[in-house]
Amino acid sequence: MTSFEGRVWLMGDDIDTDIIMPTEYLVYKTIDEMKPYAFSPLRPELAGKIADGDIIVAGNNFGCGSSREQAPEVVKALGIKCVIAKSFARIFFRNAINNGLLLIENADLYDAMVKANAEGKTIKVTVNENIEFDGKTYPIVSLPDNLVEIINAGGLVKAMRKRNGID
Amino acid sequence: MGMTIAEKIIARAAGKETVKAGDIHTVTLDLLMSNDGTSHLTVDKYNALKNPRIADVNKLVWIVDHNLPCDSVKTAASHKKMRDFAIEKGIRFYEGEGVCHQVMLEKHVLPGQLIFGADSHTCAYGALGAFGTGVGNTDYLYAMVTGTSWVLVPETIRINLTGNLPKGVYARDLILTIIGKISANGANYKAMEFGGEGLKNIDMAGRISICNLCVEAGAKTALMAVDDVARAFLKDNNRDGDIVESDVFDADSDATYAQVIDIDLSTVKPIVAKPHFVDNVCDAKDVAGIKIDEAFLGSCNNGRIEDLRVGAAIIKGKKVAPNVRFLVVPASRTVYEQALSEGLLATFMEAGAIVMNPNCSVCWGACQGVIGEGETLISTGTRNFKGRAGHRESFVYLASAATVTASAIKGEIATEDMV
Repeated sequence: MTSFEGRVWLMGDDIDTDIIMPTEYLVYKTIDEMKPYAFSPLRPELAGKIADGDIIVAGNNFGCGSSREQAPEVVKALGIKCVIAKSFARIFFRNAINNGLLLIENADLYDAMVKANAEGKTIKVTVNENIEFDGKTYPIVSLPDNLVEIINAGGLVKAMRKRNGID
Repeated sequence: MGMTIAEKIIARAAGKETVKAGDIHTVTLDLLMSNDGTSHLTVDKYNALKNPRIADVNKLVWIVDHNLPCDSVKTAASHKKMRDFAIEKGIRFYEGEGVCHQVMLEKHVLPGQLIFGADSHTCAYGALGAFGTGVGNTDYLYAMVTGTSWVLVPETIRINLTGNLPKGVYARDLILTIIGKISANGANYKAMEFGGEGLKNIDMAGRISICNLCVEAGAKTALMAVDDVARAFLKDNNRDGDIVESDVFDADSDATYAQVIDIDLSTVKPIVAKPHFVDNVCDAKDVAGIKIDEAFLGSCNNGRIEDLRVGAAIIKGKKVAPNVRFLVVPASRTVYEQALSEGLLATFMEAGAIVMNPNCSVCWGACQGVIGEGETLISTGTRNFKGRAGHRESFVYLASAATVTASAIKGEIATEDMV
């Protein structure tokens, strides 16, 4: 089973898609042009600090609000390996899977990391099994096989191309 | 076992006798709405496909409303991409007709349909007994190409309404009350189904306002059974003949609900949602007196003729407060023309309001009316997220058409009985 380690950025509850990708930058032609403005209403400096392989750990209802797909696209483009949250808003959940961004629900990790003031610390994720932080293991549920297929392919369109023998 | 309205619609769209919450089904979509928020991205992704095709072009409706008229060369380019594609493929295309959901409700939505919209507020269609749900543009693309998608049958929260809203209290106050009660993710992945004797007392504009805002509680969709009020709306839009009677659904009496909420409408008060969350609600009186820089009456939530009548009645013979911008934006061309013929727009203009063309306006936060650093907006729009209406250090309060109009007159948050 895939496992990886990554540095953590902590976000709160109800991180909406206007925060993830503010409206005024949606008109930019490419996701790369939008990258510097990700999360800017809340943390303008954050996009510049996120490095490839980092992980976001958040509270409840991550990705609520607008259906704009630029939100998960920009999170992935910043190099975020996965988002772990207490819960995800449903449109964001589908959009993230469709763009090959791994999402993991866990009820306890966020509170533990906030309590330990652990932003910047490294956690280990073993997909479909658990998360390890500070010597403790947090179990996670398995994703259905069809969603894993889409994520591993890099998104819905790529998965369909693979399935149809195009790529 | 009985079914909810959401389950009945998914069963029909999946070609099944029955479905139950938690099942995943492949469904055939009835309508696919997309607007200028993301259509240009859909076009790019469509053109990148190996064998692109549209399953049934008659189900597609594309609407320019978010940045209309366009405000920049960049926007013009994305509109052109959307427009050229729609014309080339023969997609029904509207530009200048109004906010997408209002246009859909006036011209296309019918009871029992399952509709994907590339816009989160697609849940508004429940006011006509249709299952509307918001999707991103990749899900939209898949549905456009295949005519189908997969859906998880949602659990349903039933909201039973009794009684009548007091004078000066509106459907907008009711839905803000409910969202405050269940929280911004209280209906996540679920459907919200409204019924009860009290629903009969809520007009069509109010019903659309209620269903439209359910996504702010995380809901996948909102639904109401079709009754005489909904039928009258379709008749007024010359579409009563299009109703498929076998697709008009009500919930079974033994349907299973995740939660049942009873609300006596007579207990609802004027409500305001404070920055920066829609569930951050309080009695409007508790925030009365907070200075505002701008007020907005419009959007897919409150830009209908009934809302404009409420606002115009309050402001008639009065003036917008000095140094306050009051934006009035009818939700569609139909609403605009009606408001024009009733003299409502003249009333707003005489009061010093800025009346604009039907579009998403400042609710979208990038077209017109955006607010600057430290400024405060009171709005009938859908969201008050941080930075939603402009600068990241600005403040948005959400309220009914009445409270917004009263606030525009006072220059500070006020309810209609205070002006």
